[in-house]
Parts: sequence; C-alpha cells; structure tokens
Amino acid sequence: MKYLHLVWAALFRRKTRTIFTLLSVLAAFLLFGMLDAVRSAFDAPPSAAGVNRLVVSSRISIIQALPQSLLARIQAIPGVEQVTYANWFGGYYQEPKNQNLMFQIAVNPNYLDVYPEFSIPADQRKAFEQTRTGALIGATAAKALGIKIGDKIPIKGAIYTSKSSGDTSWTFDIVGIFKASEEKMRGLENQMLFRWDYFDEARTFGSGTIGWYVVRVADPKQSEGIAAAVDAISANSDHETKTQTEQAFNLAFVKQLGDIGLIVGAIMAAVFFTLILLTGNTMAQAVRERIPELAVLKTLGFSNRSVLGLVLAEAVLLIVLGGALGLLLAQVLLPAVNAGSGGRMNFPPIGMNTWLVGLALMVGIGLIVGALPALRGMRLRIVDALAGR
Amino acid sequence: MARASRSRSKFEEKSDNNEVGAKNAMSTLVEIRNLSKTYERGKQKVEVLHHINLDIAEGDFFALMGPSGSGKTTLLNLIGGLDSPTDGTLSVAGQRIDQLGEGALAKWRSSNVGFIFQFYNLLPMLSAQKNVELPLLLTKLSSAERKRNASIALQLVGLADRASHKPNELSGGQQQRVAIARAIVSDPKLLVCDEPTGDLDRQSAEDVLGLLQSLNRDHGKTIIMVTHDPKAAEHARHTLHLDKGMLVEAQTA
Repeated sequence: MKYLHLVWAALFRRKTRTIFTLLSVLAAFLLFGMLDAVRSAFDAPPSAAGVNRLVVSSRISIIQALPQSLLARIQAIPGVEQVTYANWFGGYYQEPKNQNLMFQIAVNPNYLDVYPEFSIPADQRKAFEQTRTGALIGATAAKALGIKIGDKIPIKGAIYTSKSSGDTSWTFDIVGIFKASEEKMRGLENQMLFRWDYFDEARTFGSGTIGWYVVRVADPKQSEGIAAAVDAISANSDHETKTQTEQAFNLAFVKQLGDIGLIVGAIMAAVFFTLILLTGNTMAQAVRERIPELAVLKTLGFSNRSVLGLVLAEAVLLIVLGGALGLLLAQVLLPAVNAGSGGRMNFPPIGMNTWLVGLALMVGIGLIVGALPALRGMRLRIVDALAGR
Repeated sequence: MARASRSRSKFEEKSDNNEVGAKNAMSTLVEIRNLSKTYERGKQKVEVLHHINLDIAEGDFFALMGPSGSGKTTLLNLIGGLDSPTDGTLSVAGQRIDQLGEGALAKWRSSNVGFIFQFYNLLPMLSAQKNVELPLLLTKLSSAERKRNASIALQLVGLADRASHKPNELSGGQQQRVAIARAIVSDPKLLVCDEPTGDLDRQSAEDVLGLLQSLNRDHGKTIIMVTHDPKAAEHARHTLHLDKGMLVEAQTA
C-alpha cells in the first residue's frame, strides 16, 4: 500500500490520456455489464413461482402453433381463473420500415381482461367486441403512423394470406386506441390488437390453431403447479407445451434471432480484444516516456521486481478503475433499460457473479496489457536509460 | 597494465604528500584495484576504463575531472553500484560490490549511496516531499517516520517551505537541492554527483556546491563529484583527472 501514491501519480501523469483510456475501459465494461445481464436473462429464465399469468406455447418452438382444443382443457384445471389466446401476425403498415412501429397480434377479446395493463375506454372496447374486422391500436403507434379511430387500414402480412384479398394484404377497421396503464409499460403502445376469430376465418391455412395461450391463475403460489398441470395435458403428444412466465416467453421470442449467449460472447470478445490493443498501446507509450524515471527508481534501490510490480499495478489499477465505473454505470442503467422496454424485458440486476467475473477480467486484462511494458521497465539498464540510450 | 600502475603511483605519490595524507588517519571507504570497464557496442569492444587503482578515504570530497569520453561517469557509475566492472575489484566500506548480483546491488545502493544528477532526475508528478521520501519507501519506516525524515532533509537543504511544490514549480537550483535532500535522506556514507552544477547558473551552482561542502564538512559525507567546471572542482578537497580511461594526476585543494 505504501507504493499506492506512486502508482496513482504515475497513472495520472498525463491526465487527458488517462481519462480517455479510462473512458474506453468504462465503455467496454458498461457493455459487459449490460450484455451479461442479457445473457443471464436468457440462460436462466425466471421460474413461474409467484406470478399470476402464465404463457403456454409449443415446447418445440414458439412459432409452432397449438390446437384450439386445448383451451377447454386448460380452463378445466383447478386454480385457472381465465384463459385467453393470441397469434403473432408479423406485418407492416404501408411500408416495411414501419414494422417495428406497430406489432400486430390477433387476440381473443378477453385478452383485454387478462391484461388490465391495456387502458381503453369502455365504448371502444365494446366496439372491438362488436366489430369482426375491428382493431385496437396503441397510442404511441397511432401517433407515429398517423392512424385514428374510424380509419380503415391495410396491413401487409408476412406469413398469412387472406381469403378475401387472395394475397397477404389484410384490412382492419380501427375502433379504439389504448394506452398503457403505467408509464413503465409504454412499450405496449407499439401494438395493434385485432380479432382472432376474424383472423382465423380469413386465413388460408392454419385454421383452428393458436400461437399461444395466456393463463391467469387465482393464486400465484399455485403457479408452478398449474404450469406443470398445463404441460401434462399435452405430454407425449405432437403438440407438447411449455408453460412459463411472460418474461421467459418474451425472452424466448427474442431468442429466435439466434444463440444469444454466442452473440454476446462474440461481441464481448471483440470488445475486450480491442480494449487490450488500445490500453496495451497506452501503457507501452506511458512507460516508454517514463524510462528515465524508472531508471531513477532503480538507481535509488528499487529492485527489478519492484519496478515490474509498479508498472503491472499501474496497468491493473487503470483497468480496474475504469471497469468498476463501467459496471457501476451498468448497474444504474439496467433498471432504466427495463423500464424503457415497457415491461416486456426484465433483465436481472448485476449480481455478485458478474462482479466477480468482471473483476477477474479487469485484473487479467490489466496484467496482459501491463506485461510487456513492465518487462521493459524491469530489464532496463540504469546507465543506458539515464544516458537516454 | 603498466600505464595503469603508473597512474596509480602518480596519484598515491601526490596524495601521500598532501592533505589526503590524512586519509591514512581516516579509514578507506572506496578501494579500487585494477578496475577496467569495457562496453560492447555491436561487435565492437570499447574499453572505457583501464586498470584503475584508487583509494578514497571516508569523509573525503573528490572532484573527478577530464575531457568528454574520458570515463568519468563510467567510474562514478561503478563506484555508485549502477554498473559492474569488466575486471578488477571495487570495495566500498569493506564490501566487494563488484561481486554483488543485480538484486543485492540494488539493496546495497538503497542504504549506502546517494545520487545527484546533472538534470536532477526528480519524478515530475510527485511533490518535493514525496520525491525525498522515495528512498525511504524501501525501508521499514512508517509513513509518519518517512515524512519526518524527508522534512528534516528538506530543512537541511533550505527548502522546508517548498515541500508541497512539484518539480516544475521550482527553479533549477531548488530542484537540485531537492535532489540532494533525496540523496541524503537515508543517511548514506557516500554521495556520488554527476555534474551537479552543469545545468545551473553560477549563483545556484555556488549554492549547491556550498551545500555539498557543508554535507562533507559538517556531516561527514564522502563525496565524489564529476565535473567539467574547474570552479566547481575548487570546492572539493582533491581533484582527480581522468584521460582516456586512466587516472593521470591528483591535485589537492
């Protein structure tokens, strides 16, 4: 510890360079913290215990449809309060670039009972129930796309063909605009809900099948048991189900994009490789500038090992300082990201495990980037260094 | 070998007949026998010092003069334990430092020699106080003791009021005095100074030389000073001349 002031002073000898390097390290570990939370969320989806809504989808894949006949059997399970169902549509309004502004889902009207997060005036809700081609649109999507109640809007589907149009063009009547009941659920307002019965009758294939069921349970303490009971219905059938929390379901939806763990790992490897090159160069430059000073330390009696240790400590301190700040920032930002996802994502906070892995990475990277400059400092010949050779 | 012997004789004859005769009464601090140093520059071998023989008594103040390339700094570096001789023996306070390995030599330097350089060689990011404390980091002294000792050393060189200043906030003369404080803080017997006034104006140089004289006279430090400046050499008790790696004469102040 008595050398700490020496290491600290050496680190901040060139303040601007050190601050920029610290920012690079901070950015890398901020990314590490955020991506590790994503990876953790995908690796260990939350259990069904303690939640009052469960999503039932195909065990094989969430794009695999389930038979409508399951509805009655799920409803019959003791403890199940209500069951609704939905189907992903996957289309866009006017232009493909609008796809992410409004996701379309075909739902049974009681979907709105199971999801009280959708806040909608009673008359508009009634109009939805009474209009087979009716659709409800989220306030955010309506504003972004300039859609209002009374509009008849075309939606170009990506999968489903309409019997009436003969192609993937569908037409809906906007009968209501809903809002999210809470600010943190604003992500819901990027959706359009339309009637599943209209969708089922009009589509040219897949009739009588359902994308996923949503089950509301009376007692959250029984959720795990109910999930097991639902899955038992279809066990050993050609449509085995997987009943999970909404969060786990949403994660599984995103997981269709690819192997999230591999993607996260590849990104982090690229980030840390770049970080090693960047900070390695900075450390090499910093030590090169200080060769005469290191020679003075050796002149005063600092051993080769002491000089090696001082330079390594400087490199490790640089990375640990920037890395810890990055992970702290990630810890602060993660709740904001969760809130920004409108409740669809709930990434876990940065836990002890992430901190430990992060610290190990920081120390490891510090040792790697400090190794060559430290060896150079250790091996320098005093008389040559003092003579500027 | 013959020339080397001749140069030794010359020095001994002169020193035996003058004040350095007092060295016989004082114990010998530095004893150099048949010392040579050869550098290898690529395939070329350059013999910088040729069979030097020299005794320096404890409490003496030597100026080492000679033209550029004569081997002054090399000899100083060898005496200070910064480099190892190619041949010969070198003892300081009875210890054969030519036989010490790099680690042992570093440890020896930390407690036996103080170094003063032409360009001060202070660490720019540390205050004067922290620069002076540097050699004490290698001791078992507590933080408070290190601070106290460094303060005393700074007081001794007249810079107690500049303890918190960084080198770039001090004049050249003040920086050199901080370097002297750093050299004496661990109370070594021997101070080696390489052109300590080479980068200073006349007044600052006089101040620094006066300080070195005081350290020699009042505190018993043995000082070996390399200089090009005859005026600076006048402050020493004895002057040695080196030419082409050999001692050629000795003068007494």
